[in-house]
Amino acid sequence: MLQRPFQAPGVFAAVGLPPVVWLFALFLAPLAVIWTYSFGENRTLVDIAITGSWGNYARALKPLYLAILLKSMGFAALTTLLCFILGLPVALAITFARPRAKLLLLVAIMLPFWTNLLIRTYALMAILRTEGLINAGLGALWGLVPGLPPFEPLPLINNNFAVVVGLVYVHLPFMVLPLYAALDRLDRSLIEASLDLGAGHLATLWRVVVPLALPGIVSGIIITFIPALGAYLTPDLLGGTNSQMIANVIERQFRSANDWPFGAALSFLLMYLTFAALMVKAIISRREAAR
Amino acid sequence: MTKGLPIIRFEGVTKCYGKVVAVDDVNLEVREGEFFALLGPSGCGKTTLLRMLAGFEVPSEGRILIDGEDVTNVPPNKRPVNMVFQNYAVFPHMSVADNVGYGLKVDGMAGAERARRVEEALALVKLDGLGSRRPDQLSGGQRQRVALARALVKRPRVLLLDEPLSALDAKLREAMRTELCQLQAQVGITFVMVTHDQDEALALADRCAVMNRGLLQQVASPSDLYEFPASRFVADFIGSVNMLEGRLVVDEPASAEVAVAGIDQPLFLDHGVTGAAGTTLWLALRPEKIELHKWAEAPPALGDAPAGRNAVAGTITHVAYLGSESLYEVTLPDGQKLKALRSNLTRWDQEDFALGEQVWLAWHACSPAVLLS
Repeated sequence: MLQRPFQAPGVFAAVGLPPVVWLFALFLAPLAVIWTYSFGENRTLVDIAITGSWGNYARALKPLYLAILLKSMGFAALTTLLCFILGLPVALAITFARPRAKLLLLVAIMLPFWTNLLIRTYALMAILRTEGLINAGLGALWGLVPGLPPFEPLPLINNNFAVVVGLVYVHLPFMVLPLYAALDRLDRSLIEASLDLGAGHLATLWRVVVPLALPGIVSGIIITFIPALGAYLTPDLLGGTNSQMIANVIERQFRSANDWPFGAALSFLLMYLTFAALMVKAIISRREAAR
Repeated sequence: MTKGLPIIRFEGVTKCYGKVVAVDDVNLEVREGEFFALLGPSGCGKTTLLRMLAGFEVPSEGRILIDGEDVTNVPPNKRPVNMVFQNYAVFPHMSVADNVGYGLKVDGMAGAERARRVEEALALVKLDGLGSRRPDQLSGGQRQRVALARALVKRPRVLLLDEPLSALDAKLREAMRTELCQLQAQVGITFVMVTHDQDEALALADRCAVMNRGLLQQVASPSDLYEFPASRFVADFIGSVNMLEGRLVVDEPASAEVAVAGIDQPLFLDHGVTGAAGTTLWLALRPEKIELHKWAEAPPALGDAPAGRNAVAGTITHVAYLGSESLYEVTLPDGQKLKALRSNLTRWDQEDFALGEQVWLAWHACSPAVLLS
């Protein structure tokens, strides 16, 4: 017989308390400290006075930082779009694969999760850099044709292109998995009914599959967009001087610039953007539920 | 409507999944305007056959022709057939009208014409005025009507129905049977239905194909399937039957005798049988064709067989009262059991035969169906 928690308060407390304490001590409390800092000013190198000023936020919204924030959102949006375009066919392929192949494909999608992000990014660097695999391969092909000018390596790294490639590579599984989950739940006979009634495959995809998988698509977009927006390592290692994202700016405030209050304000601005994205999802799911 | 010209032809159709043969060399014709049923136990290949007709499966071997045209490799959206799915597959994100109009919309039909056709189709299935409802506001029976309207609105050459009544409750199923028949007569479209329910097939279909393990067993009208089954499988699958294994002992042009273990006198048949004397064969005897007689010294004579033939003595060991009739299980001296069905013609005679009573069972010489396989 299942007991309601309040019928056994002791058990409930014993099970529930540690995670609550953990959450408070290690997540909410530090967050509160950072939030307080965002209303402070630097006095000395190590001393921060909480003055209750909105100056840090005002500075964060100046064109210089606003531009970086907007650029970060642009990167994240482009990443999400590319992940969707690449991820939808992949998710469809997994959904309609035979059981054995399905398992293999799912493992292949998850495999990168089991490798350190840093190592994966260095691997990507080895592929993209000037003497990397792609340029070496293209150079070798170029050399086969006689009479061509010397091979100019393509600029594949330390620029915006590399950042987007890296972000798409890292975030593709975040898109594929929710899409797959939504598509796998879809009743196959609905797809067959659409075909039977004369719709082609594209029309079926557009009129039946996408509308019914919409909750999964929204999840995939949000789950991809949020971490992409806060990406730090990828732009840091793959980007050039003008492809830094908001997380790189925040990092610099906390370390080299030693301006914790301003870094804190930027952090919270980023977090509010995240909340906004989650709110969009909540509104969409509520509208779905109401129907 | 002329029922007779073949509209669908399966020519040597085989479907394998790996090593499993789901459909095995089926040759079959469905005639224009008829209500055709594919009948068989689950896993017999009937659904695979229907799905090949719809285009969802491609035969491993053989050809499928619709209206004389080879459609074996034509995709489902280019075939002149439409299907009513077992779970109805009504699009949950569209209104009833949008569901029904879907097939016309993807064909590019203009709005006004489409709306008129949708109205027409909804009226046909008696759902007028419910066009703006959403599927989750409908009952199971109404969803089925939406599925029917959605398929019929496209005016297909053939309508395919996959277990159309299996998801409905008993009363509704009964009503829907009649309605499906009327609907078919009204629209004049060829219906091909898959079912595992023999009552459904017998009640609805003009002709049935019985399948087992991928093989076509028999194609016939419902009454021919029941009265003239081609094999033990068909006799056993359709309705209830007493199966007697015997040996042909006398074979005259106009009569035959079959010795059955446990019955003293060879059973008498009033027609000849193909096969040499000594051949093993089976007699399929329907319970309602066995008469119960009160015990007497002399066996009852039904007149069409020599005295004492086609009558066996036994004891009633079980009685099932079914309302309109009673089913008696009679055990013969050697232990074999025969079922006899007796209509309860008056309101007083149900208890005339009691449990444990000794009785005579008798049947006419023409009643058993002779089966060679």
